Amino acid sequence: MARIDLKNLAHSYFPDPKSDEDYALRRMEHVWEDGGAYALLGPSGCGKTTLLNIISGLLAPSEGQVLFDGKDVTNLAPEERNIAQVFQFPVIYDTMTVYENLAFPLRNRGVDPKRVDERVREIAEMLDLTGKLKQKARGLGADEKQTISLGRGLVRDDVSAILFDEPLTVIDPHLKWVLRRKLKEIHNKLRPTMVYVTHDQVEALTFADKVVVMYGGKVVQLGTPQELFENPAHTFVGYFIGSPGMNILPCNIDAGAAWIDGKRIALSDHHMNAISKASGPIELGIRPEFLRIDTDNSTEGDDGIEVNIIKVEDLGQYKIATTRFGNAELKVKIGEDQQIHGQSGILRFAPKWTKLYADSQLVA
Amino acid sequence: MNKITNNKAWFLVLPVFFIVAISAIIPLMTVVNYSVQDIFDPQTRFFVGTDWFRQVLEDSRLHDALIRQIVYTGSVLFIEVPLGIGIALTLPRKGWGVSACMVLLALPLLIPWNVVGTIWQIFGRADIGLGGYTLNLLGMDYNYSQNPMDAWVTVLVMDIWHWTSLIVLLCYAGLRSIPDAYYQAAKIDGASNWAVFRFIQLPKMQSVLVIGVLLRFMDSFMIYTEPFVLTGGGPGTATTFLSQFLVTVAVGQFDLGPAAAFSLIYFLIILLVCWVFYTVVMNAGKREEQ
Repeated sequence: MARIDLKNLAHSYFPDPKSDEDYALRRMEHVWEDGGAYALLGPSGCGKTTLLNIISGLLAPSEGQVLFDGKDVTNLAPEERNIAQVFQFPVIYDTMTVYENLAFPLRNRGVDPKRVDERVREIAEMLDLTGKLKQKARGLGADEKQTISLGRGLVRDDVSAILFDEPLTVIDPHLKWVLRRKLKEIHNKLRPTMVYVTHDQVEALTFADKVVVMYGGKVVQLGTPQELFENPAHTFVGYFIGSPGMNILPCNIDAGAAWIDGKRIALSDHHMNAISKASGPIELGIRPEFLRIDTDNSTEGDDGIEVNIIKVEDLGQYKIATTRFGNAELKVKIGEDQQIHGQSGILRFAPKWTKLYADSQLVA
Repeated sequence: MNKITNNKAWFLVLPVFFIVAISAIIPLMTVVNYSVQDIFDPQTRFFVGTDWFRQVLEDSRLHDALIRQIVYTGSVLFIEVPLGIGIALTLPRKGWGVSACMVLLALPLLIPWNVVGTIWQIFGRADIGLGGYTLNLLGMDYNYSQNPMDAWVTVLVMDIWHWTSLIVLLCYAGLRSIPDAYYQAAKIDGASNWAVFRFIQLPKMQSVLVIGVLLRFMDSFMIYTEPFVLTGGGPGTATTFLSQFLVTVAVGQFDLGPAAAFSLIYFLIILLVCWVFYTVVMNAGKREEQ
C-alpha cells in the first residue's frame, strides 16, 4: 500500500502541445493518501482514464512526476510499479480455468505455489467464485468474467494501489450493488489504496470516502460526498452532483444583494465581502433541496420572489417543481406531502446555502 | 408446435442441386466411370472392376510421389506457419507502415502461379539468374536443374515466398481483433512476452490459423503449376509430386483408367486429412468450453 503523489503532472496526446486545449490533463498537484478509497468522477472525455493510466504506468505523462511513497516511479513500467488495475471491459485469459486466471498475476511474479493457492481460494471465496474455480473462463457470462477481472486485481496483497476503470459498466444493476459492497468490505478489511473511476455519481458517492471530481482535464474538487453536495467548489460539481443538479444563474451584484432579471436575492455580509475581491462573470448557485416554494398567497413576504410554476414532477419520495421568473428557470425539490396550488408561488432562498461563483469558481 | 410440411420447398433447392451436379457430381462420376473400365475407343470398352485401383496402389512410382508429397507438404506447413505467425507479430500496428506492409505482403499472392514458377526459374538459374548466380559466386555449387537437393530447396523456398503472406495476413487480422485492454491487463499482471503470446495472442489467432493451415495443406498437397514450370518434376523425379505424377499418367501416357483410379484415391486422401484435422481442432475447442 502506498501514498501516491502527482507532482506538476500534465499530459497531452499531441507531441507538441501549444494551448491549454491540447492537454488531455491540465497541470495538477494531487495526493492520494495511503489506504484511501477514492472515486474519480467526471463526464466522459474529462481525462479520468488518462490520469488512471498515468498512475498505473500504462501511459507516460508528458510533464511532471508520479511518486509512490516518495519514490519517483514516473519512468517505471506497470509491472515494476506493483499496481493492480481492473478495466472497463472484462479481460480474461480464455484458455485458462478460473483458478489459473486468478493465479496468473501471482505466478508471473514467482510467488510460492502454496501461497498462490491460499490467495486464490481466499479471493474466490470473497467473490463467490469458489464453485467455478475448475471451469474454463471462456464459457462464462460477462458478469462472471468481470468478477474474475476484479479478482485478478485483488489477488496480490502487496500492491501499492488498486485502480478501477469503470469496472461495473457491463454488470447488471443488482450485481453492481453487490460487487460494490464487496469492494467496500475488502477496502475496510485490507485498507488498500483504491482509485475508482466512474461517471456515475451514485457509484462514486457510495464507494468512496473521498471523491475527486474532474472536468475538462482538471481536478475541480476533492471532498467527501457531503462536501461535494453542500459546498460545490465549481459550478460543474454543483451541476454534476445531485439529482437534479444545482440551479446556476448568471447574476449582478448591487446594493448588498444579487440581482437576477431584476429580482433581488438577499445576500449575507460574508457573501458581499468575498465577492468584492473576485473577478469574472458572476453566477449564483443554489441546490433544489435548499429552495422553498409557497403557493398559499396569504404568506406573501418581501424576501421571496414571485415565480410561475411550469411543471411539477412526482418522483415518489419527492416532487420536482420547475419554476420560472423572467428568463431564469429554477428547479425546486419539495416534500411529497406539500401541495402545489395554482400556477404561481413565492420562491425563497436559504441564505446559508446560496452560493456565489466567479468565473465558475466558488467565492462564497 | 406443429411443423407445416410443404414439399414445394424442395423446388427452392433445385437450382443449387443443378449447379452442384454440373460442377462437382457429374465430373466426379465420370472419373468413377473411367476408373472401373478399360477404354480403347468409344465403342470398345471393358469393365475391369477394381483392377486399376489395385494396380495404382501397387505402383512404386506412386508410393515415391506420395512420400515426396507428404514430406513437401509437411515442410511447407512446418516452415510457413511459424514464420507467418512470427512476421505477423512483428508487423506495425498503426501508421503508414501498416499499408506499406500489407501491399508488400499481398504482392506474391496476386501473382499468377505459372508466373511465380517462371520468376523462380529465371531467378534460380546459375548463368543469368540473380539468385543462382549469387549463390555460385559465394562458392556454392548450386544448380536446380541437375542437383535434386537444390531443386527441392528451390521449390520449397518458392512456395514459402509465395504463400507465407497468406498466413501472415490471416494472423495479422486475428491479432488486430485483440482489444488494447488485454495487453494492458497482461502488463499489469506482469506477464512475460511469452505468456502474452501463449495466453492472449495464440488463442485469438486459433480460428484463423485453422483456416490458414487447412488452405496451405490443400494447396501444397495439390501443387502442380509452379514445380511444373520451374523443374518439370525433375531432375529425374526429385520434384514429381502427386499432381505432376497424375498428369504424366493421364495426359502423357493417356492411361485414363489408372489415372481416374488414382484421382479418386488422391481426392479421398485430401478429404480424409482435412476432415480429421478439422474435427480434432473443433473438438479440442469444445472440450475447452466444458
